[in-house]
Formats: sequence, C-alpha cells, structure tokens
Amino acid sequence: MRLEPRVETPFYLWIAAPIAAIAASLVIAALLVMWAGAEPFAVFGLVAKGALGSQFALLETLTRATPLIFTGLAAAIAFRARLWNIGGEAQLYGGAVLAVLLGTGFLPLPAPVLVPLLFIAGAFAGALLLLGPTMLKTRFGVDEVVTTLLLNFIILLFVSFLLEGPLKDPMGLGWPQSRRVIEAAQLPRIIEGKRLHLGFVIAIAMAAIVWFVNARTTHGYEMRAVGFNPKAARFAGMKVDWVMMKVALFSGGLAAMAGVSEVTGLKGNLTLDLSPGFGYSGIVVAMLAMLHPLGVVAASIFVAAMFVGADAMSRQAGVPNYIAHVMVATALLTMVVGMLFTRFRVHWR
Amino acid sequence: MTMSDDGRPADIVLRLAGISKRFGDLRANDDISLELRRGEVLALLGENGAGKTTLMNILFGHYVADAGRIEAFGRPLLPGSPRAALDAGIGMVHQHFTLADNLTVQDNIVLGTEKLWSWRGHTARARARIANLAADFGLAVDPAKRIADLSVGERQRVEILKALYREARILILDEPTAVLTPQESEALFATLKKLVANGLSIIFISHKLNEVLAVSDRIVVLRQGRVVATRPTQGATSADLAELMVGRAVPMPKIEPQAAGAELLVLSGVRLVGPEGRAELDDVALAVREGEVHGLAGVSGNGQAALADLLCGLRRADAGSFRLLDQDMTGAETASIARLMGRIPEDRHAVGLIGDMSITENMIAERYRAAPFARHRLIDWRAARRFTQDIIAGFDVRCPGPQATTRLLSGGNMQKLILGRELSGEPRIILAAQPTRGLDIGAVAYVHEQLLAARRRGAGILLISEDLDELLSLSDRISVIYRGRLSAALPRAEFDVGRIGLMMAGHGFDGARHAA
Repeated sequence: MRLEPRVETPFYLWIAAPIAAIAASLVIAALLVMWAGAEPFAVFGLVAKGALGSQFALLETLTRATPLIFTGLAAAIAFRARLWNIGGEAQLYGGAVLAVLLGTGFLPLPAPVLVPLLFIAGAFAGALLLLGPTMLKTRFGVDEVVTTLLLNFIILLFVSFLLEGPLKDPMGLGWPQSRRVIEAAQLPRIIEGKRLHLGFVIAIAMAAIVWFVNARTTHGYEMRAVGFNPKAARFAGMKVDWVMMKVALFSGGLAAMAGVSEVTGLKGNLTLDLSPGFGYSGIVVAMLAMLHPLGVVAASIFVAAMFVGADAMSRQAGVPNYIAHVMVATALLTMVVGMLFTRFRVHWR
Repeated sequence: MTMSDDGRPADIVLRLAGISKRFGDLRANDDISLELRRGEVLALLGENGAGKTTLMNILFGHYVADAGRIEAFGRPLLPGSPRAALDAGIGMVHQHFTLADNLTVQDNIVLGTEKLWSWRGHTARARARIANLAADFGLAVDPAKRIADLSVGERQRVEILKALYREARILILDEPTAVLTPQESEALFATLKKLVANGLSIIFISHKLNEVLAVSDRIVVLRQGRVVATRPTQGATSADLAELMVGRAVPMPKIEPQAAGAELLVLSGVRLVGPEGRAELDDVALAVREGEVHGLAGVSGNGQAALADLLCGLRRADAGSFRLLDQDMTGAETASIARLMGRIPEDRHAVGLIGDMSITENMIAERYRAAPFARHRLIDWRAARRFTQDIIAGFDVRCPGPQATTRLLSGGNMQKLILGRELSGEPRIILAAQPTRGLDIGAVAYVHEQLLAARRRGAGILLISEDLDELLSLSDRISVIYRGRLSAALPRAEFDVGRIGLMMAGHGFDGARHAA
C-alpha cells in the first residue's frame, strides 16, 4: 500500500470523510457490543432513541452539547493557529470559579447586567490561564502541550482547595461545594420546566461569531496565516507573537464560558464534578469538526447524543455506557484516518 | 547479458533500461535508458524538474522505479537498496553533503566501512590509504581536521574521498559545482579527469552548459522525464544543448547602459551577530542606486541569508545603520519595510508564500490591514480577488483561479505570484534573493525580464545570487560577500570572472576595510 499526496481534494470527500468515519466507528462499536453479548442494531436503536427519540431526550442532548460547543470552539480556534491548547478543562474551571465568586451575592445586580458580566469576567479568567503558557511558548519555546495539560491538574487541585476552604458552602452539609449563585445570576430556561438553558443559545451565537471572525476579519486571517506558516506570516509583516496572544485570549475565554454556562445555567453551584472532561472532549469535537466553527456545533451534538443515548441504552440493554466513550474515541481515530484520505490517495499495491 | 550496438559488454559498467517513475500525475522519469562506459564522464543535462535527481535516486536505491531495470557491471542491481548500490561499487556525492560535522575527515571517511568494535585499531592503515587516494587524485584535505572547520570545497573532496575509500567504480555527482567558486570548480574538473583516467566512470549531473561541455565525454539530455538526446560532447554547442534542454531557443537577458541616480538603500557599518556569537555580517557598507541592478556575488553560506534577513526586516543590526529612501530603518518593523521595498525571498515555499492558503489570501498578505482590502478590520474579499485576478493576468500565472491552493502550483508560477505581489505596486527599491534558483529556463527568463523592466522604470535592485552568470549578465555593479564582509562594488567595465572568483574565495578581504 502506498500513499500519494493529492493535488486537489474533491469537494465530495469533505462530506464523505466524516460520514464514512462515523460509519466505521459504528462498525467497530458493533463488534464490541456483540462481544458484550447484545444485538448491535437493537443497541444502536436504543442509543438513538435515548438521544433523540423524545422531546426530553433531544433537550437533554442539546443541554449536554452546550459546554462541548464552547470547549470545541476553544480547541478549534487554537488548533487552527497551531497553538495546542490542551488546557480547556483548567480554563473551564477558571470561568466557573469567577462565576461563583461574583455570582453568589458579591454583585447584587439585575440579571440583564449580571449575566453578561459573569460571562465576560469568566472569559477573562480563562484567557489569563492560557496567556501564561502561550507567553512561555513564544518567549522561551516551552511546549504548550505540556504546560496547558499540567495546568489542568493544578487548577483542579486549586478548585478543590477553594471548595474545601474559602468558597465552601456553610449550608452544604460538609460537601465540597460552593454556595448557589443568586437568582439574578441564573440563566433562564429556554422551555419552561426543562433543563435546556440560555447557554445553548449563547454557544450557538459564539460559533457564529467565531465563524465570522475567521472568515471575514483581519484577526481571523492573521490567526490562520500564523497557524499555517509562521515564517511566511512574519515575512509578510505580521507580529506572530502578538497574534498568538490574541488566539490565546480568544481560545481560553471560550473554554471558560463553558464553565460559566454550566454553573449559571445548569448546576447552580460549583463542585469538583462540574465537568466530566468537557475540556478534553472539546478537543475531540474540534477534530471531528475539522476545526470548522459551525462543524463544532454538529460535532458537539453528535458527541453529546452518544453519551446521553448510551446512558439510556445501558439502563435497558445492560451494555455498559462506557460504549459511548469507545464510540467517540473510535470516531476520532477514524476521523483522523478520514482526514488522511482527503490529503492522500491510496494505491493498493 | 545483452550486447550493445557500439561496445563490448565489458565496456558498459552501468546500464539503465526503461526506467519509469510517476509521482501522482507527474511522470518524473519516462522510459529512460542509458549506458555508462568504463572511463568516461557522462553528463546528465536537464533543467530543474527534468528528472535527473529522481533517476539518480532510483539508481542509488532511494526510490523504487515503477518499471525498468538496472545492471551494474553486468549484474542486476537490487532495487530500493542503497546498500546494494554501495556494494556494487556505486558512490554518490549529493548536492547536500552527508557528513558528520563534529567528526574528523578521517572518521567520516572510514565510518560505516569497518566493524564498529575494530575500526579504531585500523587508524594508521586507514590514514595511509586516505593519504594515497588524496595524493593520486588531487583531493588535498587534512584527515585530522573536523568537518565543521572545512570550507565547502573541502567538504566536497571529503565526500569524493569517502566514495573512493569504499572502492566505488562508478561515481555520481549531483550538481557538484553549485557550491563552488570558479577556481574550485576547475580543481574538481581536474580531479574528475584523473579519476576517469584510472578507469572510474562518472555521471555528472548539471544544468550548467559550459561545465558540461568542459568536463564530459558524452551528454544525455533529459527533458520532462524523457531522454531527448544522447550525443558526444565533441561537436556539441551550448546553443544546441540549451535548445534541447528547453525545447526551444532561449533568449539571453541583456541590459542597456543607463545612468544610475540617487542612493535608495544605504547600509553603513552594519554588524549582525548570530545566535552563536559569531558575526554573520561585519562592517558591511552598501549603496543601491536608482535605476541600477546591484549584484551580490558569493559562495553559498557567506552571509547572504543574514543580509537578506536584515534588509527584509526579519532581523535587526547589532551595529551600524540601514536607510531606505532617506528614512532610517535600523530598528524598523517588518511591515514598514515591506511597504517601501519589494522583497523576493530566497525560499518561496517556506517564507514567500503560505502553501495551505489560497492565492488570494497570499496576495494580500502584506496589505490586508488597510484599504482597499480592509475597513474597520473587516476584509473585503471581493477587492482582494480583483487584485489577485489582476496579478494572475498581469504576471501570466498559470493556475485554476484565485481560490486555488497555492501549494499546488509549480515553482515558476509561485515565483510569478511573489513577483506580482511585490512588484505590482512599483516599489522604488527591490531586493531579489536567489530569485531564479530552482526555476526552469522559461521562468528564469520571465524573472529576469521583470527585474529589468523595474530597472528601466528607475527602481534600484539588489540582486543576491549564487549564479555568477546571472549576475554578470544582469548587474550594473557587483559586490562580493565573503565571511560576512562585503567588497567594494566593481563597475560593469571591470567585470572579470577570474577576479570575482578569487574574491569569492576570500582574496583581498584580509584585514582590509571596505567602502561601497
């Protein structure tokens, strides 16, 4: 077998590659389901039903997709500029901490003022968390994969300290959790009585904004140019380090919004299980979306559907819901292979 | 074993039959057959991209041919194995040397020929053999010196010695003169004559006609992956060969005398210190005037890249001043220099263009911040596309359209895009660093034409090139750069290959101070 670079990628491949990738991951998952002693089609049917089969299921999927859209956009915008931000998790918690600090009564403001303020302040915290590793990268060549990844654990431990100490809810029966945010800091529900909240709309709006910035503004142009070829960007007169800073602020801010949105829209307070790895899943989402901001929305819903559907399925079919992790992971791997086909042609010989 | 029409089997040391190799849609080698005889220098002549290097990489086992076979000394050669090629007595001197910088000459030569645990013990014998080979073939080099301390010409001798030490009977030299001064080239040719007199056979790869005529016995001309002619060197003329190589007659560029005007670009006392604390430029003075082409000659690696980086605004001088159109640019930002100067960078793939972006995105790379391409930080892609279309039409770029991915274009078309981006604004001062390197003859002629047109409208052009012929035909004045120092400029009336060659080798640079 030989790989040969493609001179041009036909348009249908951009559509076919992700679909084929997801199909391939389903086939692999089917084998595992059979191994677990269940009927693959029945299981997939239950997953689909559990994720999309009722109003409740659909809203639950979109609720779960909301933080993934934020962290997916954060990863997409950073990766496009070749800034490998693996610290989405830390930035998410940074945003959540700010939301709790300012939203639990410290700022007694009406909702229309307080909510935007919480998002901005949270985004600021996340941006700062990525700024440090980015400066270390541009100034001293420190690998940002290492620094951002390790920062996740540092921040998580720091949050743990806050929840055991200064931010601990006195009424929390000793649980490591913060106080609840005040009424004015809570995001309104989109449908009365359901869990889906305004955060989803904000996430979609952010995707549109990121798309616009990428496609139409000089900022987006610079970020792409620097990502593709920093040497050429520098030659053309772009300030590569400064562009990297902008990317860091943007990416860190978006990831942090996931934390603000989860605290103010869904959970109401901060706990150590606020994020079951949304920061890391955002990377998967971004890759599945081929770093396209609107693709991030679709990929987030797909990944969320897998998790929500698998939960419902495991209750009925007895197959562990870890199958969702396997499917998302294989989807990522098959997607990477699919991307290979868009760049190379394969000769079987 | 097959017999050839014109020789006894013993005379043919290497036979390539029907070699074909495709890369995607490109036929890099298309049914190439050739024979190398004992004791001859066979020149493989062709433009960049004609398939010379691919063919030699197949011979040396770096690639596997899609079709065809190779016989060395009558025995089939195992494809895809450099080891087999070495064992068959084939030695290759690559364009880019494959020596370990921190080892001595002797270690480099012996490395890989003796068993690891014993080779220290053979030092004396190895030294004697190297000394003999060096003396026999005029390859003077001190075996105890480290490679890092050698000149480029000496390193090449080490590469040849390495092949001879391994008892190569067939020697392949890929563009061996590209890094040499004219005098060093002469010495190399003398060595090659001695080698063939001793029964070795040599394949000499080049695109320089006069060298091929000077050194070879027979010439094989490649064009677009095919053999278009095989003929004895005796009786061949450079005009014929050029036409065979390109497929049509080639015009030579010429400049008409014209008065130079004010000094547009002035460097004085410029010093640039590299990351290792070594001065890459030392006390450089230079003045480029209106309406002239100022050529900069020098052997590769003598500070040309550092000078180009400085002038492009990528690096800043540690001492001295840099003025452009009467403005001080010593500490200026890249973007403000780019506004005044048309800059054609040495490496169009890595520096000049962003391969993964569209042509349009590349064309606005230096002007995307301001009108007409951007207002309030919003890019007007319609205006950008119109501008790009004008460049594509005006500079004869062959491409599917402004949205095409730049990476997919040929080198010549990439260079035309860069020319379009840099010259369409009619800058008064132009820096052209190796503007024709790696281009085919048609594209080279186009680049020369554009530079001369800019000169006619009064632009001042600094032309940095390692191709002395190019400099001699295009320049009004030539300065020579050697180890980071610049000579005084020679006017056209004083151009002399011998003299410039000696200066490229460092004559006249010792301790003297220079003025432009």
